[in-house]
Amino acid sequence: MSHAYGMPVAAPHTTTTNSPGRIMLLVMMALAPATLYGFWLYGWPAFYLWLITIMAAMFGEAFCLRWQNRQAWAVLLDGSAVLTGWLLAVSLPPWAPWWIGVFGGLFATMLGKQAFGGLGQNLFNPAMVARVALLISFPVQMTAWMGPVPIFSPGAPGSFEGLLIILRGMPSGLDGLTSATLLGYAKTELSRGVDLFQSTPHMPVLSFFGNRPGSLGETAAWLILAGGAAMMALRIITWHIPLSMLAGITIPAAIMHAIDPGRYLDIGPHLLSGGAMLGAFFIATDYVTSPNAPRGQLIFGFGCGLLTYIIRTWAGYPEGVAFAVLLMNSMTPILDTYFKPRIYGRDSRGRPLQTAN
Amino acid sequence: MGFLDHFLKAPSWGVHPADHKRPAADAPLRIFPSPARVFMPLHQHVGGVARPIVLVGQKVRKGELIAEAQGNISAPIHAPLSGTIAAVGEVTAPHPSGLPFKAITIDSDGRNLWADVEPLADPFSVAPEEIARRSAQAGVVGLGGATFPSAVKFALGKRLKVETLIVNGGECEPYLSSDDRIMRDFADQVVDGARLVMHAIGAKDALVGIEDNKPEAIAAMRVAAAPYPEVKICPVPARYPMGSDKQLIQTLTGKEVPSDARAAEVGVLVHNVSTCAAVHKAIRLGQPLVERIVTLNGGAIAAPGNIYAPLGTMIGELLAFVGMKEAPSRLILGGPMMGTPLLHDRIPIVKGASGILAFNAAEAFVPEAGPCIRCGNCSKACPMGLLPLEMAARIRIGDLEGAAAFALSDCISCGCCAYVCPSHIPLVQYFSHAKGELTAAERSRLRTDATKRLAEAKAARIERENREKAEAAARRKAEREAAKAAAAQPGSAASAAVEKTEGASA
Repeated sequence: MSHAYGMPVAAPHTTTTNSPGRIMLLVMMALAPATLYGFWLYGWPAFYLWLITIMAAMFGEAFCLRWQNRQAWAVLLDGSAVLTGWLLAVSLPPWAPWWIGVFGGLFATMLGKQAFGGLGQNLFNPAMVARVALLISFPVQMTAWMGPVPIFSPGAPGSFEGLLIILRGMPSGLDGLTSATLLGYAKTELSRGVDLFQSTPHMPVLSFFGNRPGSLGETAAWLILAGGAAMMALRIITWHIPLSMLAGITIPAAIMHAIDPGRYLDIGPHLLSGGAMLGAFFIATDYVTSPNAPRGQLIFGFGCGLLTYIIRTWAGYPEGVAFAVLLMNSMTPILDTYFKPRIYGRDSRGRPLQTAN
Repeated sequence: MGFLDHFLKAPSWGVHPADHKRPAADAPLRIFPSPARVFMPLHQHVGGVARPIVLVGQKVRKGELIAEAQGNISAPIHAPLSGTIAAVGEVTAPHPSGLPFKAITIDSDGRNLWADVEPLADPFSVAPEEIARRSAQAGVVGLGGATFPSAVKFALGKRLKVETLIVNGGECEPYLSSDDRIMRDFADQVVDGARLVMHAIGAKDALVGIEDNKPEAIAAMRVAAAPYPEVKICPVPARYPMGSDKQLIQTLTGKEVPSDARAAEVGVLVHNVSTCAAVHKAIRLGQPLVERIVTLNGGAIAAPGNIYAPLGTMIGELLAFVGMKEAPSRLILGGPMMGTPLLHDRIPIVKGASGILAFNAAEAFVPEAGPCIRCGNCSKACPMGLLPLEMAARIRIGDLEGAAAFALSDCISCGCCAYVCPSHIPLVQYFSHAKGELTAAERSRLRTDATKRLAEAKAARIERENREKAEAAARRKAEREAAKAAAAQPGSAASAAVEKTEGASA
C-alpha cells in the first residue's frame, strides 16, 4: 500500500503523439509528388542535384551540432535539415552543377539555421537564404533553366550520363536545351523595348501541369496545389498565408495588366511561371519564420505576394519570391507584436471587456 | 448536414484528447465498505482552515461537526463515519510537495450511525438566505475541483442579481466520470439541487451543460428535469476544456466574462452537478458533505469505475478495493489535463477529489521536450486566445514581465497548449513557475511599498514632532522672553517710577 511514485511532473499528464519529425515528414510527403514530377520532367541530373543538396544540408547541420558537442543523429532525425535541403533543391535550376547543391545545402543549415541557434531560432527561411546567396554569387548557373526532357524520352540523359552532367557541368551539345523562363524572357524583351504584344508569341508555353522550363520542383502547379491542400487537410498549415500570398500577386497583376497589357504580364504567367505556387504553399508557410496569429499571417502572406510582384515587375530580377519571403521574414517579429489574437474577456487592444452592470 | 454542423458549431479553441472514460463510466457505482480509519484534513476548501472542535477520545457520529469554519471564506468539516477521535494531528497533504498538514483522525466503530439531522421540509418557502446558511453549515464546496465555499458564491449571485444558473456537467477531463455517474444515478438529486441553488441566488432559469459524449447522462437528466421547464438540459460539444466555467458560459450563453470580472457580473453563476447534489442532500436530507463519488481509472487498475466513498479514506485503500494490475507508474489526483501528481498513496481523499488515476508505464511516458518550432498549435488550442509560445519564449530567458505583457495572468492552466505541443514543452510548468514568481514579486513589492510608506510616515512624523518640538520650544522661549520682559517691565516701570520719584524727590 505504501509506494513512492518518483519525481512529481507537471500537468498535463497526457500529450499528443504529434512531433516535429511527424510534421516534417508530412510536409515532405506533400512535396514529394511535385518533386517526383520534377525528376521525371528534367531527368536524372535533377535527381542527383536533389540528393546532393539534401546530403549537404544534413552534413552542415551535423557538423554544427558536433561542433557544439551535441548528439547529431537525434537532431537530424527530426527531419528539419532534410526538409531545408529539399526545399532548396526544388528551387534550384534542375541541371545546376553539384557544387551549387553543396554550397547551398551547407549555407542553408550552417549560416541560415545553426548560426542562429538551430531549429526554431532562425529569423530567415534557411532555404531561401541559401537560394538568394547562390543567386547573387553565381547568377549564370542559377539562371540556366532546362527545358523539359522527360526521363525516358529520346535525348534524355541516362542515370550515369546524368551523374556526369551534374559532376562535370553541362556538355556543350546540350546547351541548346536551356532556355529562359517566361518571366525572364518577358523581362529581357521589355528591357529591349519589345512590348508584350510582340514578345508573347515567342514566349515559353505556360502549363498548369508543369511542362515548362523552371526550377526543379516549382513547375507543376497542380501537384503543388494538391500538396498544399493535403497539408491544410492535415492541419499542418492554415489557408491564411498561401491564399493571401497568391492574392498579393493576383490583385496587383490584374490591376496593372488591365491598365497596360503591353507592359504588364497577366495573372496566368505570374501564378504559373516562377515559384509563386511553391512559395505560397511550402516556403512562406514555414512556421519558424512566419507570424503565428491569423491577422499577422494574412498581412505576411499578402506582403510576400505584393513584394514578389513588385520585384518581378520593376526590380532587376525576373523572379522575386525568395527576396520577398526574406523581406517579410524580417517583418515577422513586428507583425507578431502588433497583431495578436483577441484574448477571451478582453477587447482587441487587450483591455478588459466592459460589463453591463 | 452533420458534418457541416460539426465544422461550424465546434468551438475553435481547445483540444480533443482520447477520453478514456469508458468502460469506467459504464461500470455500476460501487459503495466502498466503511474504512476502519479516516483522516479528515482541515483544509479541503479555498479559504480559511477549519478549526477543530473535538478532543481525542471523543465519540462522534457520522455527519457531526468536527471542525468549524474560520473566517468569511471557509467551510466546516464533518465526521464521515461514526467512531472515536483518534488524533488531531498531521498527515501528508494531497499535493506534490508531500508536506504534512493538520487532519482529524477518526477510528470507525463500524456502525456508521448518522447524527441527528434536521431536513427542511419545504425549502422553497424559506428565504433564499436560509438555503445558503444551511449549505454553509453542511460544508458544501464546489466539487468540480475549485472547492470554493458554495454559500459564499450564493451570496455573491444574490447580490449581483444573477439571472441564469449554469449547471456544469461538462466533465471534459479525460478518464473522469464521477459527474457522469452522479447524473446517471442521481439525476433527480442534481435537478432538485439545481432548483434549490436557483432559489438561493434568485435565478430564473438553469442551463445544464453536458458534453455530448455522455448520452446516458443527458437522457437521465432530461427525464429528471422534465417536470421543471426552467431547468434546461443543453448538450454541448465534447471539447476540452468545456467544463471550464468561462468556456461553458461562452458556449451556453454567448457571453464572455471580462478578464477583470467574475462570472456573476455578466449575470451567470456556474455550479457543478455534484455540488448541486450536495446542496440537495444538505437541504432535503440535512446531511453534510461527508461522502462523494470518486473515479478510479487508469491502465494500472484492474476494475476501473466509480466508488462512493467517505471523505478521508486513504487513496491506497481505494486502489486496493478496485485491484491493481501492476504497480502504478504515476498516481494522479484529478484528471490527466490538470490533475496533481501524488508522491504516494497514503493520502486521504478530500471534497475536491473527483478522481484518482493510476497510470501504467505507457500512460505515464513523458516524451523528452524539444525546441519550439513556432508551429502555433498552442495558440490555436488556447481557449483564452493567448500566445503560449511567446510567453514561454520570454519565461525561458527570465523575462517574466515580458510574459506578463502577453496576459499571462489570464491563463487558466488548462493544459491545452502543453497537450498539443509537438515538441512536448512543459508549457503549463513554465506558466505556473512564472505566475508564482510574479505573485511573489508582487507580494514583496507590496511589502516593500508598505515598509516604505511606514518609513516615510515615520520620517514625516519625526520631522513633524521635531518641528512641533522646535515650535513649542520657540513658543516657550518667546513666552519666557515675554514673561521676562513682562516681569522686567513692571520692574523697569517701577524703577522708572522710582527714578521718577527719586528725580521728583531730588
